Amino acid sequence: MRFLNRSAGRLSRHRRAPLAGLVVLLLGLLFTGGLYSAFSPGAQADETSTTAEDIQSGKELFINGCSFCHGQNGEGVLTENGTQYGPALTDVGAASVDFQVGTGRMPLAQPGQQAVRKPAIYTDEEIRQLAAYVDSLGTGPAIPTEADYTLPETNEDGSAFDREAAISRGGQIFLTNCTACHNFSGSGGAMPRGGFAPPILDVDSKYIYEALLTGPQSMPTFSNGNLTPDEKRDVIAYIRTLEEQPTYGGFGLGALGPVAEGLFAWVVGIGGLLGFAIWIAAHTTRSTKSKPGAIVEQGDLT
Amino acid sequence: MSIDTSRVADSNTTNAATPKKPAKAGAVANWADERLGLGSMMKKNLRKVFPDHWSFMLGEIALWSFVVLLLTGVFLTLFFDPSMAEIDYQGSYDPLRGVEMSRSMASTLDISFDVRGGLLMRQMHHWAAMIFIASMMIHMMRVYFTGAFRKPRELNWVIGCLLLLLGTLEGFTGYSLPDDLLSGTGVRAADGFLKATPVVGSYMSFFLFGGEFPGDSIIPRLYTIHILLIPGLLLGLIAAHMLLLVYHKHTQWPGPGRTEENVVGFPMLPVYAAKAGGFFFIVFGATAVMGGLLTINPVWKFGPYDPTKVTAGSQPDWYMGWPDGLLRIIPGWETTLFGEPISWNIMLPILIVPPLMLTVLILLPFIEAWITGDKREHHLLERPRNAPTRTAVMVSLMTFYGLAWAAGGNDIIAIKLDLSINQITYFMRGAVFIGPAIAFYITRRWCISLQRHDEGKLLHGYETGIIMRSAEGGYSERHLPISEAEAYTLTARDREVPWTPTATTDENGVAAPGGRLDGIRSKLSTLMYADNIQKPTAAELEEAHHHAEHEHALTAALDGHSADGHQFDGHHAVEGETLRGEDH
Repeated sequence: MRFLNRSAGRLSRHRRAPLAGLVVLLLGLLFTGGLYSAFSPGAQADETSTTAEDIQSGKELFINGCSFCHGQNGEGVLTENGTQYGPALTDVGAASVDFQVGTGRMPLAQPGQQAVRKPAIYTDEEIRQLAAYVDSLGTGPAIPTEADYTLPETNEDGSAFDREAAISRGGQIFLTNCTACHNFSGSGGAMPRGGFAPPILDVDSKYIYEALLTGPQSMPTFSNGNLTPDEKRDVIAYIRTLEEQPTYGGFGLGALGPVAEGLFAWVVGIGGLLGFAIWIAAHTTRSTKSKPGAIVEQGDLT
Repeated sequence: MSIDTSRVADSNTTNAATPKKPAKAGAVANWADERLGLGSMMKKNLRKVFPDHWSFMLGEIALWSFVVLLLTGVFLTLFFDPSMAEIDYQGSYDPLRGVEMSRSMASTLDISFDVRGGLLMRQMHHWAAMIFIASMMIHMMRVYFTGAFRKPRELNWVIGCLLLLLGTLEGFTGYSLPDDLLSGTGVRAADGFLKATPVVGSYMSFFLFGGEFPGDSIIPRLYTIHILLIPGLLLGLIAAHMLLLVYHKHTQWPGPGRTEENVVGFPMLPVYAAKAGGFFFIVFGATAVMGGLLTINPVWKFGPYDPTKVTAGSQPDWYMGWPDGLLRIIPGWETTLFGEPISWNIMLPILIVPPLMLTVLILLPFIEAWITGDKREHHLLERPRNAPTRTAVMVSLMTFYGLAWAAGGNDIIAIKLDLSINQITYFMRGAVFIGPAIAFYITRRWCISLQRHDEGKLLHGYETGIIMRSAEGGYSERHLPISEAEAYTLTARDREVPWTPTATTDENGVAAPGGRLDGIRSKLSTLMYADNIQKPTAAELEEAHHHAEHEHALTAALDGHSADGHQFDGHHAVEGETLRGEDH
């Protein structure tokens, strides 16, 4: 960084304009930033940039990986007794594909009560192509952009955005709509017949937004008429707050409510105090100090 | 050894001995004694003897956690505002700022976030409450399993049961106070339970809530009950419980020197004062550590109560868990009577079974005394194995309790063990009936097997681990007699005789009054005792000892020697060695 250090670079100062170093730095930053934005996959993930090629690649992936259950054209497959083998995907939209494949729920590892979250099988690029293909089959919600699920810095009129109010609003929406299944701390809960509402604290904001839009598995769909996009955004902000805030009371016991607390009261509380009771009762008045002339009792007096 | 003469009286002749100047503590004690007459009372009670056993300290856990509850509770009352008036929360916890809530919820948040040490006090109070009731329960089980509830202590048993009930109600009224989402759900459930009572249900609910649920009276009312009414009753009953303990004297395990007439142990001062006082600090410390390190009831996450909201994992505190479990597994039974629904699905698990269980619990000592016909005083404890039916009854009740309790956590069990909540429910519906029966049978047979083991120890001695080979090549384990003290302890119990009615009919063939009841009593008594192993008679012991001595004599010559033939095993010098058989 010699060109920024004037006293060390006296010779350079005489040969170049005083601001030349800064200009070079800015140019460099612009150049690398430009390169990054041109090549990074994130920059292309914008749905507006889906092309016919994307849809074509997505179709190939779909035929290989999904059509066995969902049909060659995403029309779904019925079993002999009329139940669904794999549901039709003609109107689920890109958001649904991004959620199901992005969180690893699809493709299913095995049939079961509920698809479980696991590491994604497909790359981000492949998921984008799959989503583009399924989206082309019919209608359905698009993949949300980062602005959809992030609290803005300013309001539209340029005034400062009240983050705290938004989070507090989100918390009330969370307690009204989400906690009944996902628990007060997002630790998850049980659903009938082996189903479950999964823990949601470490889930990407994008996937939470998509889950709200598409209502995967037992989850209801929270359409924009039900929860406005701003309300969805606020709920996600509250969930992020739950995740980031310290556990004020100490170790959180899994944030599962009174069952976990009862377990700790018995195991740690009563278990520990029983140990102390046994310890106290095992000690009698025996003295280990021997004084000259004192009677030394051998062993316990009991 | 030199004798320090400065400490003995300076005269034993004609001049009176001069007393030393009393110590400062002595002067204070003397001042108090002259005014309060404490001396004569203290003299006796400071030397009061208590026997030593870890299981006698379980009740102390309850006592000391109650003291922690009083201390932390007083702190909390200084900052808690038991009002249901709605305000806009403007405290330190950001995610709830601006949310409408009752003053009780807001002041709970203030205690948690804005009062120095408040959260620690809240958590200590809550953990101490959980431990208070848990320790009352294990204390009660100890008393039952060891037969310490027998005459003359039946009334103290009843007081203990009432303490357990009051402790549970105290807990419920306490955790309902913050008016948060979780506790509000619990109060809503309680409202439903009241309303399920036939005929008077809705009147009781309106009376308790001062109108339609939730109203604005329930929190102040629960507060009065929680900090005044029940603590007062608890204090009074605890005092009675302990006065009776002092009056009856503590029970003790049987052993040499211990009889029904004495108590062998250490005096109150200095030993028990130190042990019990030390235990208080341990209980306080354990509660403080839990309150400081383990989150309990994070009300800020629940938010204020609102009837439109609910959260997964809505359970009561553990001691209310078992009726909740019964409520969760009972089928939706309802009948209609004169056009009014009778909700058996709520009445059975909440309004009928818990009071029934409490009644059974209170009556246990009286039922047992009636069956056995035992009217004697008992100050020596019985080992659980020596009362197989009694032990089995309690294990059976515990199994019912435990299964119902587990059913109360069915959702957490389902998600943590990957099970179906429906399957857990179906399993529990059968298990709450079958489980206690299986537990009763296994426990009873287990106790009787342990009695057989004790009998074997008395008659044949303990297993030494030394394996003997006979001339025929058979192997047997060498038994050695147990010590006299151990034998005394094992035999220090009554020989049980099933109760039989004196006469079922008089000389004219007329059935005596209560004859049928006597028949049941006799049958129950037989069931209670018939399979028990009674301690061996003196003659049996004599014969067994004789037999053992005879056996010992046969092998005595070999004591201290290796078995014959070993001298030629190549590891020993063989000079002068012969096969021992040649000596005789």
